[in-house]
Amino acid sequence: MSVASKPVPTPRPVGAGDERVATVNVLVRLLQRPELGALIGAVAVFLLFATVDATPGHKFSSVAGMQNWTDAASTYGIMAVAVALLMIGGEFDLSAGVMIGTCGLLLGMLITRYDINVWLGIVVVLIFAGIIGAVNGILVVRTKLPSFIITLATFFVLRGVNVGVTLFITNQVRFDISDQAPGFASAQSVFGSTFLAPYNFQDAVLWWIAITAVATWVLTQTTFGNWIYAVGGDANAARAVGVPVARTKVILFMCTAMAAALVGIMVALRFKGIQTGQGVGQEFFFIIAAVVGGCLLTGGYGSAIGASIGALVIGFAQIGIIFAGWDSNWYFTFLGVILFVAVGVNTLVRRRAASARR
Amino acid sequence: MSQYAAPLLEVRHVSKYFGSVIALKDISMEVRAGEVTCVLGDNGAGKSTLIKILSGVHPHDEGEFLIEGVKVRFTGPRDARSAGISVVFQDLATVPLMSIWRNFFLGSEPTVGFGLASKLDTRFAKRVMREEMQKMGIDVRDPNQPVGTLSGGERQAVAIARAVYFGAKVLILDEPTSALGVRQSGIVLKYVVQAKERGLGVIFITHNPHHAYPVGDRFVLLNRGRLVGKYMKQETTLAELTQMMAGGEELERLSKELEKMAVGPEMKQVAQEMAQEINRPGT
Repeated sequence: MSVASKPVPTPRPVGAGDERVATVNVLVRLLQRPELGALIGAVAVFLLFATVDATPGHKFSSVAGMQNWTDAASTYGIMAVAVALLMIGGEFDLSAGVMIGTCGLLLGMLITRYDINVWLGIVVVLIFAGIIGAVNGILVVRTKLPSFIITLATFFVLRGVNVGVTLFITNQVRFDISDQAPGFASAQSVFGSTFLAPYNFQDAVLWWIAITAVATWVLTQTTFGNWIYAVGGDANAARAVGVPVARTKVILFMCTAMAAALVGIMVALRFKGIQTGQGVGQEFFFIIAAVVGGCLLTGGYGSAIGASIGALVIGFAQIGIIFAGWDSNWYFTFLGVILFVAVGVNTLVRRRAASARR
Repeated sequence: MSQYAAPLLEVRHVSKYFGSVIALKDISMEVRAGEVTCVLGDNGAGKSTLIKILSGVHPHDEGEFLIEGVKVRFTGPRDARSAGISVVFQDLATVPLMSIWRNFFLGSEPTVGFGLASKLDTRFAKRVMREEMQKMGIDVRDPNQPVGTLSGGERQAVAIARAVYFGAKVLILDEPTSALGVRQSGIVLKYVVQAKERGLGVIFITHNPHHAYPVGDRFVLLNRGRLVGKYMKQETTLAELTQMMAGGEELERLSKELEKMAVGPEMKQVAQEMAQEINRPGT
């Protein structure tokens, strides 16, 4: 135990700032990190698929392969980071997947039916997503019902709206966006284009990295980050010391919905159109990525980097199974097993870290 | 500390009604700097209502509430906090999964920089937390340690140190020992004395006279919403407090009943000990 009732005399090395910090075992400190389990898992999954890779020239572990699995992981990653913050704040969002479709479709509708500038459309879509997120959040905070139920309802409402409205307007189940629309070229170059010419990595990868960095900074270095941990860890204790619990949670719901909007915009611009079913079913991938990344389902613990690594694992699996020549349906089974193992490892690691300090 | 100066906090003939229910009737008590005022009472005695009045959650219906001799009327907990009254609730003290330094500054985080660039002043927070805990006699080696890994007593200490650092003059401790074991209770009592020695007025709410007597300077006894006694330490004994708290006659009847019911020799002995405890203060 590192807290003693009496000061424990320890030899102070000359010139050292504070020797007591150094006495904490580096290994224990590492084990305390929520990302550790995810990192070990990611390395293991990478090695597995690099080994079973059946493509000529072992594409999985090449730069071309990297382009493939970062592409798959990037949209999961953007969402997983937002969902992770929400989960650390103690809530779920099952409407996060369907929101991608809703926002992409809204952008498509604005561009094709109202001929507005793509950039203006993007702003409108982001505001719309913020409102939907706020509605989710306010309903959860006001009714005190589990967010699981509230957002499940939102999920089904939006799922119906997506198909219903699109069919009504276009007689199809998709919106096609013309690349002649005003502002399309510049918007696509930011949201749906590629970089690093011969390999053509997706722009989404850059967004993913940037969002992970910002989320990590907010979580660990700002007052708001402190509140996120507090409202998820013990909302009543947080309220007792003056943390605005309701506001914190509503903002987290808004961020999640706006992350979904960002992904929806990216999909719509990259593929010059979007299907009504886009994103449906993906909400669980985001939760899997966050949990693999060390987030506790009960809230109050986790990290943005961990969630990103979790998304990377999903990317590895999605591409690795194709490269290995396996039937792609095994992908879901594989993710299920990964989730089991991750939860097990996380629990074990956390117990170890806690007991090592007594 | 002069006996004649106005007390840090004083209530005179305070009453509180919830509809037709009399929650508190005609309560008077005072809290002085550098003293521990113990509020003793069994379940339902009105202790929680008293805390809620003192901490600004409920306004009082009758009587006077004075802070350093000045009449006040709080409209909310925020008023009480800015008047220097801080409550440490035993179950709401800290967030277990968060580190000690994050808990210490939760809700009042120190920052450096402005606007979007403003970030937590982690270095400052860790240093201050360690200094403040040191003043309570706790040596924190790793500020990143989650509070959940601390013992119950140490968790209370974090909450007390936090309240003191953020300018509490009157510290209300709500049943700080009720969920703790013997040793941990002892540790918390040590912190109570430490807070008192640092010049705070401490209100120690408990139903356990064995915890109250060693640390208390004044004792206020509540029963069914009424004041049943007010004593300085030299005016009373532990046995007297125990007896008055439970209501002497009631306890006597209980011990008789126990004796009647007693089947084994152990039960008989318990009943006898109880009877002795009740009779002792008379002698």
